[in-house]
Amino acid sequence: MDRVRSFIKTFLLWELWQGLSVTLRSFFLPKVTLNYPEEKAPQSVRFRGLHALRRYPNGEERCIACKLCEAVCPALAITIESEVGEDGTRRTTRYDIDLFKCIYCGFCEEACPVDAIVETRIHEYHMEAAGENIMTKDKLLAIGDKFEAMISADKAADASYK
Amino acid sequence: MSDGIVNIEVDGKPVEARKGQMIMEVTDEIGIYIPRFCYHKKLSIAANCRMCLVEVEKAPKPMPACATPVGEGMKVFTRSPAAISAQKAVMEFLLINHPLDCPICDQGGECELQDLALGYGRDVSRYNERKRVVKDKDLGPLVSTDMTRCIHCTRCVRFSQEIQGLQELGTIGRAEDMKISMYIEKSVDHELSANIIDICPVGALNNKPYRYSARAWEMEQRQTVSPHDCVGSNMYVHVLRGTIKRVVPRENEEINETWLSDRDRFGYEGIYSDDRLLSPRVKQDGAWEDIGWDEALKILAENLEGAGADKTGILSSPGATLEESHLLARLADHLGTANIDYRIRQRDFSDQDNDPVFPWLGSTIAELEASDAILVIGSNLRKEVPIIAHRVRKAALAGSKVSFVNNDAFEYHFPVEENIHDGGLVKQLAGIAVAAAGKKKLPKPVGALVKGVKPRDSQRRIADSLAGAKHAQILLGLIAGRHQASSALRALVAAISELTGAKFGVLSEGSNSAGASLAGVQPHRGSGGHKRKAAGLHAGEMLDASLDAVLLYGLEPDYDICCTDDAVKKLAGQKFVAALTSYNSDALQDAADLLLPIGTFAESAGTFVNCEGRWQSFNGVANLPGEARPGWKVLRVLGNLLDAENFDYQTSEEVRDELRDLLGDIQPDNRYAGKKALGKVNGADDPDARIDIPIYRTDAIVRRARALQLTPEAQRSAYEGG
Repeated sequence: MDRVRSFIKTFLLWELWQGLSVTLRSFFLPKVTLNYPEEKAPQSVRFRGLHALRRYPNGEERCIACKLCEAVCPALAITIESEVGEDGTRRTTRYDIDLFKCIYCGFCEEACPVDAIVETRIHEYHMEAAGENIMTKDKLLAIGDKFEAMISADKAADASYK
Repeated sequence: MSDGIVNIEVDGKPVEARKGQMIMEVTDEIGIYIPRFCYHKKLSIAANCRMCLVEVEKAPKPMPACATPVGEGMKVFTRSPAAISAQKAVMEFLLINHPLDCPICDQGGECELQDLALGYGRDVSRYNERKRVVKDKDLGPLVSTDMTRCIHCTRCVRFSQEIQGLQELGTIGRAEDMKISMYIEKSVDHELSANIIDICPVGALNNKPYRYSARAWEMEQRQTVSPHDCVGSNMYVHVLRGTIKRVVPRENEEINETWLSDRDRFGYEGIYSDDRLLSPRVKQDGAWEDIGWDEALKILAENLEGAGADKTGILSSPGATLEESHLLARLADHLGTANIDYRIRQRDFSDQDNDPVFPWLGSTIAELEASDAILVIGSNLRKEVPIIAHRVRKAALAGSKVSFVNNDAFEYHFPVEENIHDGGLVKQLAGIAVAAAGKKKLPKPVGALVKGVKPRDSQRRIADSLAGAKHAQILLGLIAGRHQASSALRALVAAISELTGAKFGVLSEGSNSAGASLAGVQPHRGSGGHKRKAAGLHAGEMLDASLDAVLLYGLEPDYDICCTDDAVKKLAGQKFVAALTSYNSDALQDAADLLLPIGTFAESAGTFVNCEGRWQSFNGVANLPGEARPGWKVLRVLGNLLDAENFDYQTSEEVRDELRDLLGDIQPDNRYAGKKALGKVNGADDPDARIDIPIYRTDAIVRRARALQLTPEAQRSAYEGG
């Protein structure tokens, strides 16, 4: 009896129609594919992308060269050198992040006592020449300056969960 | 219960303790840690931080472990709920006014308060009132202050009182208003003052040159030995990516205890001076040119080979390592010259044959403490050898009679029996010798010196104190060594020591005078004190002779050579002068024709033999700058180029062990060997002669140490032109 049923199913292409019915149903369902880069998927405020160094509203660098991020970094991607700054405070003279080493775990952001180093939502960046993978202090501060509005909004949105 | 032993119980464990010991001392010995801030084993007990409260059975309240003596049958609980709650309560009080600035505090990561707060602190503060803020003090260029962080343990105050003997810090005000302060604003100037950095349990007192440049956890700790005096203090250097960031003491009860002199602590800055020599250089037609090592060594080898055997001279530094000294001596032997000397600061060489095998302290550094009479001659003791001065101070405080015979009234912070500083060293010593002799006859060498001398009362008292003491010690200092009539001083001291039974000890220049003597960097003696067949030119004669080739090793002719005047001019007049040096100074450029860069003590492996004859080896701890190479490697390659035999050393240990085997079992003996009468030296014994070298001008590295040169001490000597 089973053999007869199997023969009929094969003869009538039953399984093919079954599969095509899924296609037909999907035809009328709402579409989820995005036309990247014209369209973008929504991001969490906790997205961990490119790093930035922030400043206080009066323009003072937040970073105090405590080197906790350097210590906590599991990939040893951060290199910091520090000395006494012009105003007698503790300041970095060098703050490098090697993006090739970085694993974007966010521990640096977590360790920072002054919210200086953050990971922004920026995830679209590239390098063209050797050495561009090193994010220097100047580059990081520039990113921080440019995206401060986004960073502070993200921090505010996430604050109640911390 | 046997005599002096009491049985107590700590955390249920039975322990034997000596009578009169504090609970803290007993628990430290058996490895039970009780939290503490104000207790320090080298300082008196203050019991004012209250962190060490423990529960003692039958005591109504928790007792401070650092100030509670043990008693028979005492039961101590260090981790009981009562003890822990008492400690937690104290910690809460300590944290009331302590700022939460650990991320910018240099003590962060190695802070006693931070560590203990982790174990005993609450996670949330209950304190909502205003925190105290204290204005920072300016303690000079060595110690930075953040006085708000102070928890008033008073370790620094007790250190300045008890160890320095010069109270520079004290407490002002009481309770909330209590402050650690100077009475009148000034810097901390004592030569041991920077030890307050180590003993401060929080970040209130910190290392100023190191300030904010690294964190405790990222540096590597490497062992080394101080290169600045004949004590050879043990120290750790903290290195970040091959660069020395700071120096801290390495505890050695036999040498520096837990202390380190400021010179040893901050001297390392000189290694990073701008005028380090980075590549071999040669003077061609009056202009300096950088060249490669191959070429430079070829020029040197050719000139050394071309020079006549007795027309070659080698001047080395008393700071050169044992390995370097040994290789220099071997090179001299290979070249067939005996013109080799390290005694570049000596002025009187007339009785060099009577010198001991190597300059020796006569006892160990630790034994000095037990002396009950000490006579120091020709020495600015505190500035020359701060660590030995501290031992002498300890002896003086314990009742030893300490006397000084000098050309200058130096300052001492302990009871001094006699402080003679007029009339010239030779005359004063002659008086003491006559007083010590009494009716006995003085030995022949000093006969002419004591003729017609009548001892003064002060001289008599010194002679009596030495003769009446069980362990008397005479120390001949660096000023005496540089004296125009040092031969007479040596002979007189030898006579006094023989008559009174006092031990005769010598302090020596640099870090390795003893090693250089043993290695045979002397014109009259080869390695191990074996007499050479014919003595060569000594340092005093060498520059006056006309030589074909002179090799300078690790010295700066303008500052380091005292044995002759106008050393730079005299060197410039020689046919060919090569200098192996770490620095590219103007004087060396004038004097030399070829400069080869070598590493300092921090960058090459080596051994220093200190004034007690202790061999201390160390490894290179920092990266070499530029093309510089360790000195012993340069000498080894030079030996190969000159076709010297058995010059294939692979490691510095090989060089050291070869010399050690060569020396066999050498025992230093400071007894005076000479029998010949010494002539009159009156003309040479100028009482006004200033031959003291200021504490921060002693060697090339110290002279370039930035922070040390900013101290009032260094500024003063610069002003006087010293």
